[in-house]
Amino acid sequence: MKTSTQRYTVSIYTENNVGLLNRISAIFQRRHINIDSINSSISEIEGVSRWTIVVEVSEAQIRKIIGQIERQVEVIRAQYFTDEETIYQESGLFKVASELLFEERQIQNIIKESHARIVTVNRQFFVLEKSGRKEEVSSLYEQLKPFGIMQFVRSGRIAVTKEPIQITSLLAAFNE
Amino acid sequence: METSTLETIQKTKQKTLISGSEAVVKCLLAEGITTIYGYPGGAIMPVYDALYDYQEELHHVLTRHEQGATHAAQGYARISGKVGVAMATSGPGATNLVTGLADAYIDSTPLVCITGQVGSHLLGSDAFQETDIIGISTPVTKWNHQITNAQEIPEVFAKAFYIARSGRPGPVLIDITKDAQFETFDFEYKTCTHIRSYKPNPKCDPKAIETAAALINSAKKPLVVWGQGVLLGQAETIFQQVIEKAGLPAAWTILGASAIPTEHPLNVGMVGMHGNYAPNKLTNECDVLIAIGMRFDDRVTGNLETYAKQAKVIHFEIDPAEIHKNVYADVPVLGDAKANLEALLPMLASKEHKDWLQRFQELYQIEHETIIQKDLFPAKNGLTMGEVMQQINQASHGEAAIVSDVGQHQMIACRYAKFNHSKSNITSGGLGTMGFALPAAIGAKMAEPQREVVAIIGDGGYQMTIQELGTVFQTQTAVKIVVLNNEFLGMVRQWQQLFFDKRYASTEMTNPDFVTIAKGYHIPAQRVTQRTELKDAITTMMQHDGPYFLEVCVEKEYNVFPMIPTGASVSDIRLT
Repeated sequence: MKTSTQRYTVSIYTENNVGLLNRISAIFQRRHINIDSINSSISEIEGVSRWTIVVEVSEAQIRKIIGQIERQVEVIRAQYFTDEETIYQESGLFKVASELLFEERQIQNIIKESHARIVTVNRQFFVLEKSGRKEEVSSLYEQLKPFGIMQFVRSGRIAVTKEPIQITSLLAAFNE
Repeated sequence: METSTLETIQKTKQKTLISGSEAVVKCLLAEGITTIYGYPGGAIMPVYDALYDYQEELHHVLTRHEQGATHAAQGYARISGKVGVAMATSGPGATNLVTGLADAYIDSTPLVCITGQVGSHLLGSDAFQETDIIGISTPVTKWNHQITNAQEIPEVFAKAFYIARSGRPGPVLIDITKDAQFETFDFEYKTCTHIRSYKPNPKCDPKAIETAAALINSAKKPLVVWGQGVLLGQAETIFQQVIEKAGLPAAWTILGASAIPTEHPLNVGMVGMHGNYAPNKLTNECDVLIAIGMRFDDRVTGNLETYAKQAKVIHFEIDPAEIHKNVYADVPVLGDAKANLEALLPMLASKEHKDWLQRFQELYQIEHETIIQKDLFPAKNGLTMGEVMQQINQASHGEAAIVSDVGQHQMIACRYAKFNHSKSNITSGGLGTMGFALPAAIGAKMAEPQREVVAIIGDGGYQMTIQELGTVFQTQTAVKIVVLNNEFLGMVRQWQQLFFDKRYASTEMTNPDFVTIAKGYHIPAQRVTQRTELKDAITTMMQHDGPYFLEVCVEKEYNVFPMIPTGASVSDIRLT
């Protein structure tokens, strides 16, 4: 019996300590689950990190994984969301030869239509930044590809929830 | 300020400056630790040097392998309920702790393990005996932390002990770089009672308890399955009151054994793969299954698709991650077992469930005739493991703590050992670590020297940590060591017989002379090959003042039954 899987965005608040990446990624690794994307950075609360992890698993799996993450001593809160429950974005950076900007008029149109932002321009290259859903970043990549892309990188997903996450209750939980 | 006062202050100030390694010792003393197990080496030498000055207060037991230190610390923790402490050097010393950590993690045993580490300036340089023990131990520790400067020591140790013993207990590891051990600082110790990101005792929900009580009161065929949570939560007394008031037949997982006396009329035996016939069979007939401090391990449940599907499940559990993990709980009751059972007791109606209890009796009779009689009072020539346990019960009157290893003898020991007192069954349940019993028995005997501690070990597992006989000899720890020798890795052989067409691949053992080995360690020893010698040999062993070794040569190809084959349903438990 194969259970159906779907994409989940996992949101975790943790202490900002050495070794937590290992501890959290081990929970996925142990279950033979590949992480689609991972982002960790400081949150709006001092000393607290916020993680956004995207995985494709079944609902039964994600519930158990969240339980295992939450029971880690230095994890403050872990939750999971479907795509429908979040507003999510990722960012892509494109490094392209500057000469193309002047030689290929179409590139200018692509940039305009894609609402990409030019981060920097110099004699050799310019850098475009495009934020959006994964497909939007991919679409820009496909459009620019025929002209030659010198470098391309995309970030992990970051997401906020449609429903409010009670940061105040999170802080209150600290002082219980 | 007057000069003299200033001088006094400065003097006192100077006095409190101590090295990181002395601070480690002081932290252990502050946590009430009197015995630790370990093995010295380069990167932990400063701590050993500090221990030299505190030999009166802090007893260090030199095991013969670091794995032995962890299992000894586990035995110490399991029998006493206190935190066990093990210590090792960096590199191989640290990696040798991993099996014990994994064992303690899956069996929720409170341990604090301390490892030395190369100097912080050498971290990541592939220095001599450097290993990433934090990385290695992460998946098998409740928490771990590397200390690179001495000032961290008091706070990290306080946290470590708090984490190890609170909530669902577990092992923690502290790795201390050598420079942090040498560094001096102003020592002050405060015990830890709170960590902001850590909620070890989920709040008890009164509504859940009301629902649970109503369900239990309306049950016609209730069944309790309890686990180690009852022991860890020190809930034995209230647990017994609950089952007595509501007339609940209660069965145990192997780590739950001994929470109530073996002979209690409501104790219906062991669940799981080699558990008793009645509780396994009736798991699939009960109408309300009340799980208390247990985690529905696959060795307990057999096939989950057919496990207690007819029953409403109430799950008393301290670890939220266990709720619905393997078995869906209709009524989850989160929190400490003792507090929740205390709240439950007054809501329960007094009941007897006579007819239902009679069912357990009937099935017990079937098991007795087909298996138990044969195991305990065999008519055939070969000695059985069961009759050895029977003789030990006779000699101990149920007062002894039984420390078993892993395999056939373990199942026999758990099935037949008689227990009068809680925390008397010490065994490696979740991880199934062969080699556990000998060192664990040493730790158990040291923690409770007034108690009789009998280790029951197979000839395979015995040879995995046999070197700990050196520890027994050096410390003269009065453990009774019983090796049930069938010259096979018996449980694997049983599976080969039943499921692999009797192809005995690498399970037959050519063993050394165990009696001579014990005598080499100056431990009095005896071998029994005949039934007629057994009783006297066990009496001699039990009456002996110090450590004693007894080898019993048992029938080579004996099988442990009942048995739930892997993937089968609990109610398809086989008697033959």
